Amino acid sequence: MRLEPIENPTLARKLVPPALAIIATVVITALLAMIAGANPFSVLGLIVKGAFGSKFALLETLNRATPLIFTGLAVAVAFRAKFWNIGAEAQLYAGALITVLLGTGALAWPSFAILPTLAILSILAGAILLLIPALLKTRFGVDEVVTTLLFNFIFLLFISMLLEGPLKDPMGMGWPKSARVLPEARLPRIIDGLRLHWGFALAIMSAIIVWVIQARTTLGYEMRAVGLNRQAAAFAGIPVNLVLIKTALLSGGLAALAGFSEVAGLKGSLTLDLSPGFGYTGIIVAMLALLNPLAVIMAALFVAGIFVGADSMSRAADVPTYLADIMLATALLLMVLAIMLTRFRIVRG
Amino acid sequence: MEIIDILLSASFWAAAIRIASPLIFATLGELICERAGVLNLGIEGIMVAGAFAGWMAVYSGTGLWIGVGTAMLVGMLFGLLHSTLTVPFGLSQHVVGLGVTLLATSATYYAYRLALPEVTSPPKIQAFQPWDIPLLSDIPLLGPALFSQTPFTYLAFILVLVVSLVLYRTPLGLAVRAAGENPAAVAAQGLSVTAIRMGAVIIGSGFMAMGGAFLTMSAFDSFFFEMVNGRGWICIALVVFGSWKPGKALLGAVLFAAFDALQIRVQQTSLAADIPYQIFLMMPYILSILALVLMSRRAQVPAALMVPFNKGER
Repeated sequence: MRLEPIENPTLARKLVPPALAIIATVVITALLAMIAGANPFSVLGLIVKGAFGSKFALLETLNRATPLIFTGLAVAVAFRAKFWNIGAEAQLYAGALITVLLGTGALAWPSFAILPTLAILSILAGAILLLIPALLKTRFGVDEVVTTLLFNFIFLLFISMLLEGPLKDPMGMGWPKSARVLPEARLPRIIDGLRLHWGFALAIMSAIIVWVIQARTTLGYEMRAVGLNRQAAAFAGIPVNLVLIKTALLSGGLAALAGFSEVAGLKGSLTLDLSPGFGYTGIIVAMLALLNPLAVIMAALFVAGIFVGADSMSRAADVPTYLADIMLATALLLMVLAIMLTRFRIVRG
Repeated sequence: MEIIDILLSASFWAAAIRIASPLIFATLGELICERAGVLNLGIEGIMVAGAFAGWMAVYSGTGLWIGVGTAMLVGMLFGLLHSTLTVPFGLSQHVVGLGVTLLATSATYYAYRLALPEVTSPPKIQAFQPWDIPLLSDIPLLGPALFSQTPFTYLAFILVLVVSLVLYRTPLGLAVRAAGENPAAVAAQGLSVTAIRMGAVIIGSGFMAMGGAFLTMSAFDSFFFEMVNGRGWICIALVVFGSWKPGKALLGAVLFAAFDALQIRVQQTSLAADIPYQIFLMMPYILSILALVLMSRRAQVPAALMVPFNKGER
């Protein structure tokens, strides 16, 4: 078999493969639920209801989507330039670390001063953390996939060390947990009485800013050019290494905002389970959004919905929550295949 | 002084070889994939799946070697999935690899929860036992380190030999290497690049799963979450460190494992009294990055690594 590009894909060509991918994902999920001895229809219904079925569920989904928008943007920005940042998890913790380092008393400022400061310093921390793999790549040609992955392990151990040492909350009953940030350093709720903090609004704004950078600025154009063809970009006079480093700084900063928003908006303190893999899930979010920053918002809501829905489904139907992870991995693989099939046709020979 | 004592003890080297064994399997597996031109980031998840599949087979009553075979088969299935998407369809090897890791890991955890819903502490199996090789195991220092291991470890060393021979001394090996260097030339010979690459990824993934199975069937005797813990990613670094050559990769794995064994032992001495244990746990990952930095300039990357091949396209 051989792949042949399609010159002018029809509307059906553009819609049918992704639709089939979604249907196949749902069917596979249903089959797995049956293996677990549950009624597949009720499992799927429980996931949807648990994610979007009530005001409480919806708010939970929006809260869960917030860090995923940040990490999804981080991945989308990096992957667009074919800079494979798999380290959003570590960068998230870098932002969270700065937030508790300075937010628990070191800076006793009013909200309007401390919150932007914490956000900006978090961005810097995440950017610097990703700068190391980026420089290793541009200076020594070290593949960033492996370095960013390994950094996740190193940085989490570093956080664990701090939480059992200098950062440990003396009032924490022995748990490896930091002190709580000051009330001034907490992100307020967007609407009184609704459990949704300003981190969500910040995430939406970030998505719009990233979209503007990508669609309307020289940097955005250069990032796309570097991603499409590094040699051609260099030939056209684009400073490829500099663009990669700028991409890394932007990507690391975005991921770090997830950590800032989780600590300042939701949790109030830093623990080792602050992120249940938001950094890795960001890759799924970014791919489902086809690396489009605005679509990242939708993809993050979808992915967060699956996780929140699966949590409540698991309690009701006694099916392991890992079903959600399988569903998302399947959706990811089928969707990249489907997107390819919207642009190529398979021919024999 | 304490460190010299450690380095001269046979138990230290025996531990190093034991720690190296799973890495040898998985590194060989990744090496085969990459030599054929495919980066397989599914390695981490495939190791998780192999660790569970092998252990589960033995736990449900099969023999140990059947367990190893089961793990390999499961690994090969994930290899089939990975290679179908990356080779004929030419999808991004990064995205597919990470997707396979996510899928394999979550499917494994799902299966574990379904198979053993009630357990609080993971059940044990009767794992591989050390097997002294007559005469050789009596050599001081070297004997207990090299020739008093489990048969699963011996298999790792045999496999390095076999893979080297096949890769450098057979037409099949030449075809695999050529698929990673110059696929157009392979196609010109009338061979199918697609078949060679898919075959390499499937076999390589089988080896990765055996590496995972070593953890549950020889190093330990039960399966638990987070068991693989980044070993797959370390193996990708080891492939680079070994310049894509099986012998050098073996050396890298043993060297790496020796450092790992050393940090475990230093942790228990007075030297470590004031050093947080996390510093020691970081060492393997930091070491891997340093190895990458040292070797990357000299590394001879297969020329067509990560380059999809579409017949008839120039």
